[in-house]
Amino acid sequence: MPVFNQSRQTVIRLIVVAAFLILLVRLFTLQVLSKGYQTQAMDNAVYKKVIYPDRGIIYDRKARPILSNTIIYDLMVTPAEVKNIDTAYLCNLVGIDTAEFHRRIVTAIFKNKSFRPSVFEDLLPPGLQAKLEENIWRFPGFTLVERPIRNYPSNVGAHILGYIGEVDSNILRRSNFYYQLGDYVGRAGLEATYERVLMGQRGTSFLIKDNKNRIQGSFENGIWDTAAIAGRNLKTSLDVDLQQLAEKLMKNKVGAIVAIEPKTGGILAMTSGPDYSPNDLTGPDKQKNYSKLVLDVSGPLLNRAIKGQYPPGSTFKPLGGLVALDEGVITADYGYPCNGAYRACTGLTVKCEHSEPGHAANLRLAMAHSCNSYFSHVFRLSVDNPEYHSTKVGLMKWKNYMNAFGLGHRLEVDLPSEDMGNIPDSTTKNKEFAGRYNSCSMVTLGIGQDRITATPLQLANAMCIIANKGFYYVPHFVEKIEGEKPTDTILNKYRRKHEVLTHVSDAAFESIILGMQDVVESGTAVAARIPGIDICAKTGTAQNRRVLDGRVVELPNNSMFVCFAPREDPKIAIAVVVENAGFGATWAAPIGSLLVEKYLNDTLRPERVKKMEEIAAKDLMPSYLIREQFKADSMRAQDWFKRTNDSNYIKKFLHPGYAGEQKKKQTDPPPANTNRGEKHGVMDDPRKTITMTKKRASRIS
Amino acid sequence: MSQQNITISKGVDWLLIWLYLVLCGIGIMSIFAATYREGDDVIQGFFSLKTDYSRQSLYLLLGIVIGTVILLTDSKFFTATANLFYFFGILLMLLVFPFHSRVKGTESIIKFGAFNLQPAELCKVFVNLALAKYLSRLETNFHNIRSQLIAASIALLPAALSIMQSEMGLALVYFSFFLVMYREGLPSAILIIGFSAIVLVVATLLLDPNVLAIIITAIALVALWLLRKQIKRSRELLFLIVGLWVLCVGIQRFAVPFFFNKVLKPYQVQRVYVLVGKDYQPQNAELSDEDYRKMEEKKRATSYNVKQSKIAIGSGGFHGKGLLNGTQTRYDFVPEQRTDFIFCTVGEGFGFVGSFVLLSLYTFLLFRIVTVAERQRSVFSRCYAYGVASVIFFHVVINMGMTIGLMPVIGIPLPFLSYGGTALITFTILLFILIKLDADRQMVLR
Repeated sequence: MPVFNQSRQTVIRLIVVAAFLILLVRLFTLQVLSKGYQTQAMDNAVYKKVIYPDRGIIYDRKARPILSNTIIYDLMVTPAEVKNIDTAYLCNLVGIDTAEFHRRIVTAIFKNKSFRPSVFEDLLPPGLQAKLEENIWRFPGFTLVERPIRNYPSNVGAHILGYIGEVDSNILRRSNFYYQLGDYVGRAGLEATYERVLMGQRGTSFLIKDNKNRIQGSFENGIWDTAAIAGRNLKTSLDVDLQQLAEKLMKNKVGAIVAIEPKTGGILAMTSGPDYSPNDLTGPDKQKNYSKLVLDVSGPLLNRAIKGQYPPGSTFKPLGGLVALDEGVITADYGYPCNGAYRACTGLTVKCEHSEPGHAANLRLAMAHSCNSYFSHVFRLSVDNPEYHSTKVGLMKWKNYMNAFGLGHRLEVDLPSEDMGNIPDSTTKNKEFAGRYNSCSMVTLGIGQDRITATPLQLANAMCIIANKGFYYVPHFVEKIEGEKPTDTILNKYRRKHEVLTHVSDAAFESIILGMQDVVESGTAVAARIPGIDICAKTGTAQNRRVLDGRVVELPNNSMFVCFAPREDPKIAIAVVVENAGFGATWAAPIGSLLVEKYLNDTLRPERVKKMEEIAAKDLMPSYLIREQFKADSMRAQDWFKRTNDSNYIKKFLHPGYAGEQKKKQTDPPPANTNRGEKHGVMDDPRKTITMTKKRASRIS
Repeated sequence: MSQQNITISKGVDWLLIWLYLVLCGIGIMSIFAATYREGDDVIQGFFSLKTDYSRQSLYLLLGIVIGTVILLTDSKFFTATANLFYFFGILLMLLVFPFHSRVKGTESIIKFGAFNLQPAELCKVFVNLALAKYLSRLETNFHNIRSQLIAASIALLPAALSIMQSEMGLALVYFSFFLVMYREGLPSAILIIGFSAIVLVVATLLLDPNVLAIIITAIALVALWLLRKQIKRSRELLFLIVGLWVLCVGIQRFAVPFFFNKVLKPYQVQRVYVLVGKDYQPQNAELSDEDYRKMEEKKRATSYNVKQSKIAIGSGGFHGKGLLNGTQTRYDFVPEQRTDFIFCTVGEGFGFVGSFVLLSLYTFLLFRIVTVAERQRSVFSRCYAYGVASVIFFHVVINMGMTIGLMPVIGIPLPFLSYGGTALITFTILLFILIKLDADRQMVLR
């Protein structure tokens, strides 16, 4: 026996132990110390599928759905399973060519591997979807997959309801990454404000997948799965019939209508012109339509009801009158001898529409005749109130009143990006006049001009305050959240009564209210009379200046109208603004009156229906829009050319007969009896400009 | 010759048999876990012989039958037929060249109907027997260099044939017989040199060539300085160190790159590179497109294999996920998870605890075999026993090392656990011959 056998045996045993120890240490490192492998294993094998809940439905005041969910289909393809299909036939159905078909398949394989499904064509129009359903058996590897989208049963309320879109990085960050890529979130309107309520809660289901990403079953029998919780429904104060009428009346006009229920602050209707159909921003053509809307200079996406800041004009007068009454500087019997103009300020003349004597003999008459001199003077009396010893203080006090009326600050309606209008005060006036001013410097504030601006929502809300004789509820849409819990504090501020001017005497309110009734009975708004209903209203004809082509141009006045009805126990308060339309009584008043009648009587008399059709058909789109659109289009084409050296865009503008070049600038709305008549000539309609140029472009190239 | 009892069980080392059965049982259980799908009918699967675990059970049964037959055989049979079997094995391996069928990229398998036979596997037994026989010859003096060389060639001939059949993994297994030779008197210097050579090769791969040259030079200089007194006394030492230095640098600079570029196939080089984490760029090799594609494929496959294996094992945590809850091994994430990567099932299912238990079982098995080896009276039995231990040791270390990323991916099975008839039966035969020899240890065999 060799000498070293004993130690050699031991050596061999030691080698064994050493090797195994090394393995053991390594195993320890892998299994116990490195935590990463657990996650990697999970990532490998477990597929976390997100279950999207149904989004909440929005109802009007009569429980009719105005924003609902529907299903639309996507065409999905699993490239590995596409065998022996009639490519030409499929391409024909879908409307693409075979090159595009192959390109899409390759993209699908590249992005998602060939054994996983990818989207081939998304958001199928119903006709195409039906045809594909019939024929899907011919195309192995292709499937139709459902996708929920929003739809609008009555096709109204685009600005109110808003739309949803995919999240972007800002939203992701702001929400602290609660959202994930691919989630849809409300981007505008009520969809945005009540996102948390409407969106419900995502659910997750954990599925096991094998190394080819095929789903093999649920992970651990689904004990980790969470169910999706559907979004909660909202009940609003909107009235769909009223909303439809309002939108119809605002067609082809620039402006806004807001109708509020004074007792609750619930908004009955809100529309902004120009408008768009809400179904345009959902479904297959969503992207295309959105681009069109964004590029339209008339601003169809802008909600003028809360963002349009207009000088109120004469619609301001009831407020000014009330302030003066409350301050005690006038009484209801106060009269002013207006002979057609207010000349009490040296160097300044404020013209009045009336000149006959006695048209402003007392408050009621002055209101009915909308006497500018009267109210200019009344304003001066308010701010020059001896009690305050200084105009500056007087102005501040006046501003406080205005704020109480809801002007000059946001009302916090439940829509995003509300504007607050503007009420000048001593600070701004100091800046404007370098500290030296008096009531004459701003006398036109009394008639709702100068720098005072308000949104139509604020005007309607001011009407509510007057109708209620001193209080209001913050204007809002949503009355109730389904299954409301104490944690839903979002509605609390709408349920608080704001008693801002209840200290003003009943008598003062009565004077103003009666004066407003006189406006309709015998004053500027007789056209708005409705038999059997006591409407209190005020018309306004506000100046409208705009900078066009570098110069300040005086355009046709904005037609304004505010009202509430019935006088006793008011149920509706309305503000109507129609830009570029002339006298308040011409267009805004009939619109307001029709709405009141529709809401209170539930129906329109036949002759009123005729009037409604007449108004709906009227095109009051400002003519400067055509030129503005042309300028915007051509600048964009120039930009495009500079960046890409592609002159296709520019060619449109070189073609003779392009809309913008031909159209002469008009300052009045086109008379109703042109040969174009009711039909909108393509030359006139700025919204048709874009599609028009596309057609022309295709003819050129 | 004394009368022996024909009872099978006399003198049999029951511990070895129990360990064998336990390990095979773990194997079948793991294969079951790796292939089980929810809702499979287990009993039917068991008897239908369509599922792997039922087939493995069948092989086990077959193995037990063969084992029993071996136990009934006279030990002298093995000593007498050792050389015969060896030649038979070599013949089988030579037969592979004309008759092989392409299975999974190796050219070393002959198909017999539904069963695959890999002669290289069987040869392990035959080599073990032949080597034991050679080393037990009275004429052999292992301190003689000639004897050492003959022994080495007995062990390595099948290895060479294996290499020619592009079965590198199996070829490497035959190097385990050096442990046997070490026990029988091979100078330990050989082992140390062998080990250092491996370290050198690995270092060449890992380190930049110049850095390595500098390190070697530094070591040589340090050695010179440390041994300066001895050098003063004998010049030979100086020449030895310088010679060694030249040799090392030569290997590092020339032999290894030559070997890797010209001798090894690109995909094999790739595998080694994957292990050490480097990327292989073939220099001045005119790879055809086919070869290049295959190389890239193998590279991806290899690193994928190891990555998935590590994830599977790593995700086991301390106490594992439970046998049927292994998400990685159940859903085919680990390729070859029934054969070469079977350890992943244990690692994922039973975690560190399970791995520790399995390793301990193997350690226990090996120690037991060594103990059994030492109590043999005849050199033949002792050599054979050490052969068994070495082969099993080699397989376990390389296979488990492969699954956790410590060894290059060489396709060799985990003894008793991996699915595969040839492997299981080979190991069974290997072990049972040992048990039989041990049972007859009172006899002195030649």
